[in-house]
Order: sequence, then C-alpha cells, then structure tokens
Amino acid sequence: MKFSTKGVSEKLIPWLVPIMLLVGWQLFSVLGIIPSRILPAPTQVFQAAIDLSATGELMNHVSISLGRALIGFLIGGIIGFAFGLFNGIFRFAELFFDTSIQMLRNIPHLALIPLVILWFGIDETSKIFLVALGVMFPVYINTYHGIKSVDKGLIEMGKAYGLKGKALFFHVILPGAMSSILVGVRFSLGVMWLTLIVAETISAHSGIGYMAMNAREFMQMDVIVLAIVLYALFGKLSDVIAKLFERKLLRWNGT
Amino acid sequence: MREKEPTFHIETEHVEKNYPGRSVLKDINLSIKKGEFVAIVGKSGCGKSTLLRLLAGLEMPSKGQLTMDQRPLAELNSEARMMFQDGRLLPWKKVIDNVSLGLTKEGKDRAKKALQLVGLEDRMTDWPAKLSGGQKQRVALARALVHEPSLLLLDEPLGALDALTRLEMQALIEDLWQQKKFTAILVTHDVEEAVAIADRVIVIENGYISLNQSIDLPRPRQRTSTPFSMYLDQILDRIMGRTQQRKITLLRSYPNTTKV
Repeated sequence: MKFSTKGVSEKLIPWLVPIMLLVGWQLFSVLGIIPSRILPAPTQVFQAAIDLSATGELMNHVSISLGRALIGFLIGGIIGFAFGLFNGIFRFAELFFDTSIQMLRNIPHLALIPLVILWFGIDETSKIFLVALGVMFPVYINTYHGIKSVDKGLIEMGKAYGLKGKALFFHVILPGAMSSILVGVRFSLGVMWLTLIVAETISAHSGIGYMAMNAREFMQMDVIVLAIVLYALFGKLSDVIAKLFERKLLRWNGT
Repeated sequence: MREKEPTFHIETEHVEKNYPGRSVLKDINLSIKKGEFVAIVGKSGCGKSTLLRLLAGLEMPSKGQLTMDQRPLAELNSEARMMFQDGRLLPWKKVIDNVSLGLTKEGKDRAKKALQLVGLEDRMTDWPAKLSGGQKQRVALARALVHEPSLLLLDEPLGALDALTRLEMQALIEDLWQQKKFTAILVTHDVEEAVAIADRVIVIENGYISLNQSIDLPRPRQRTSTPFSMYLDQILDRIMGRTQQRKITLLRSYPNTTKV
C-alpha cells in the first residue's frame, strides 16, 4: 500500500510546478496584473486552440509541421546513422569521410538559411533539408562513437565463439553501441524541433511557425502563445517516445 | 623434426611470438596429450596468456608451428573454446542467450543442459548484471562447454573471484573435466590452484618454458598434504628464483613423489 502511494506521488510530483504556474498565470490574468496585450490568459489560449481546430486550420498546420519534422528526421537520421556505422566499422571509410564530416559539423546549420532559401525557395524542401542537416550530425557522432567504444574484449570473445560478419554485428557490435546511438537520437530530436521552429518562423507559408508569425501581423497574442505551447508539447512528446525506445532497447541496463 | 606420437592432442614446435619492439614467447615446445589438464603459471607479462591466445587461434605465431591432432593451426581454432578472466558475457543477452551464442535454434536445449551442468538452470532468464561474479563465470563456463570443445582454454578465469568461490569453481571445473574428458589448459597466477587441479604444471619465464612438472597426486587432492606443499614450494621457488637449497632437502625427504 505504502509502495503504491509512493509510485503515484512520484508520477504526480513532476507536474506540480507546471500546474501551479498555469494556475498562477490564469489568476494574474483574471486579476488584470498581466495585461492581455502582454500575455493572454491560459483559457484564452485554450479558446484559440478550440476555434482554430473548428476551422481545421490548426490540424492543417500541425500535421504539416509534424510531417516536416518526421521526414527531415528520417532522412538526416538515416544518413547520419549510415555514416556512423561505416566510419565506425571500416577504417578506410573513417579515414575518407570523418575529417570532412567533422568540419561540416561545426558550421551552424541555421547559418545556411539564406543559402537554402535561394536554393530551394521557401517550399517544403528547404525545411526538410535544414532539419535533416541538423539531425544528421548528432546521430552520426554518437553512432560513430558508440561503435568505436564497444568493448574490444566482447568483440574478441564473439570472434572466439565463431561469430563473424553479420552475426558479430547484430549480436555484439550494434547492441554494444545502442545506448550511445539512442543518446544521439534523443539529442537530435531536440535539434529537429529547434531547426523546424526557426525555419518555419523565418520563411514559410504553412506550419506552426508560420501560424505564429501570421498571428503576429494581426496581434493575435493567443495564437502566438498557442504555437509556443504546441512546440513545448511536441518537444516533450518526442522525448517521451525516445525514452520509451531506450527503456525497451536497453532493458538489460536497467534496474 | 622429432617423431610425433599420435596420442598428442596439441603440439607446439619452436613457437615464437613477437610484437613490435618486444618478444613475448621464444621457442616454446610443448606436447599435450588428449584429455590432459595442464596449468601454465608465471609472473604477469611472461607470455602465458599470449600462448593461450595462440592456441585459440586468435593470434598467429611469428615463428614455429602449432598443431592440433597433427593438423597445423592456421586460423581460429574451432575445436577450442576460451574462458576469459572477466567472463565477457554479453550484458544485453539473457543468461540462456549468452550460453547459446553462436548456436542454431535447437541450441537452446543444449544451452539449458549446459546451464544444468554448472547449476544455474534457474537463472536462465536473468540478465547477466543480476548475477554475482562467481555465477557469471559459471555461465561463461557453460557457454564454453555447450560447444563440446575438445580443448578448453581457461585464461585466469578465477582470478577475480573471492577465495571461497574460487575453491568452488576449481572443484566444478575439475569435476566437469573428469566427466567430459576434454583437454584443458589453465593459465593462472595461483600456483596452489595449478597444483590442485592440473596433471602437469608448466612455468613460463622470459618467454621460455622453465619448468615442466607432472603432478603425481591422486584426486581429489589434499591441499594440506606434505607432497602437495612440496610441489607447491618447488614451483614457487622456480618462479620466484629462490635458492634451490630448501627444495633439495625436501626432495631428499620425499624421493618418490617427483619425476622431474
């Protein structure tokens, strides 16, 4: 009994601060301490969400942003993962590519926005390109590092027990690198949202970022705040998903 | 070339192993009979583990030849299985999957039997992280034995265990060796362990074999018996380079127990 109350309270405690902030925010808004020109009340933001949902506009923007995020993440993630694997496993690939990738990595990918707009305009391609570019490097670095730091003793053991090629890779090397790879994935999810927000805010004609910039023109504070809240929620959601993967793939490492 | 006796399971002829800048093994000549239990002792860095890795086929000698059943060993030794000091279980595989590593699907049943041999069938579905040091080594032993190797190579497998667990594991290894009749080569720095379970103790010093001593004691061996301590002393003297005086007096008092 005592154990279960502890479990419940451990689940609730992290939410106390957000709930208190929300309540305080509402209270101050209602009392007029926070003018609605500066920050709309939570209920107003909620109302904006309902209104925009009713017209289908919200769903439209959200699904466009999610689509960009996902496609960009997949493209960048797969490229980063593939390079990480090859450079981690094959000495030649490492010699050939690693230095160049490390150089490119140090360019802030958001600095490319003017170039990207000139190349691809402000269509889907430019956002997906930027997200993919941003996601690629953390996945690359952590995959590469993960494979490089697999316990040499375990690899030797695998070989001594007759594993080679594919079997050695799937039984020993990949699981050994997995925790590092997942760190890369989690980190790159953050980069994914950040890139998308910036790209959509600067140049777009759809998506959550566009919705916020458009609302600014009409001084729709509630919509702007709604966009920010949406980003926060999606950021949290992707973190939760990443954690689920970690828990599933790294069960052996847990308690 | 000297005449080969067909009963020898493993032979090394003038085996040398050099790494850039240092020579680890120099002219190792060794003949090991099928089913023999040989212990290799020596100070750390003397090359005893290197010799084991050569026998496993994990590395190739710089010079000389290793033969197994009269066939030269040119690649990974498929008849040998190695047990490492740190166990080297895959932490992301459950105990049973560690034991059946490298086996086909039907290997699960064999893996279960191997776990029964080491008394851990009830820990089958645990992660290795949940096992104690001794249990991990028993799983590693099961993993080696599941392949039914004709040669078991033990690279200081008990070095990291506490004294009581070590005694238990020594008894288990001796017992399984008597049951399964494989050839065993144990690298250890524990001379008492070597004398307790080996048919023959080999001392490696500066890359050469400096002592090759049969242990003619009945099993199970009494570690407190006088002949036992005499063997122990003799081997320790050799390793530590102590004076031969004490050994000679001991030899005089028990002349029947050594055949050098």
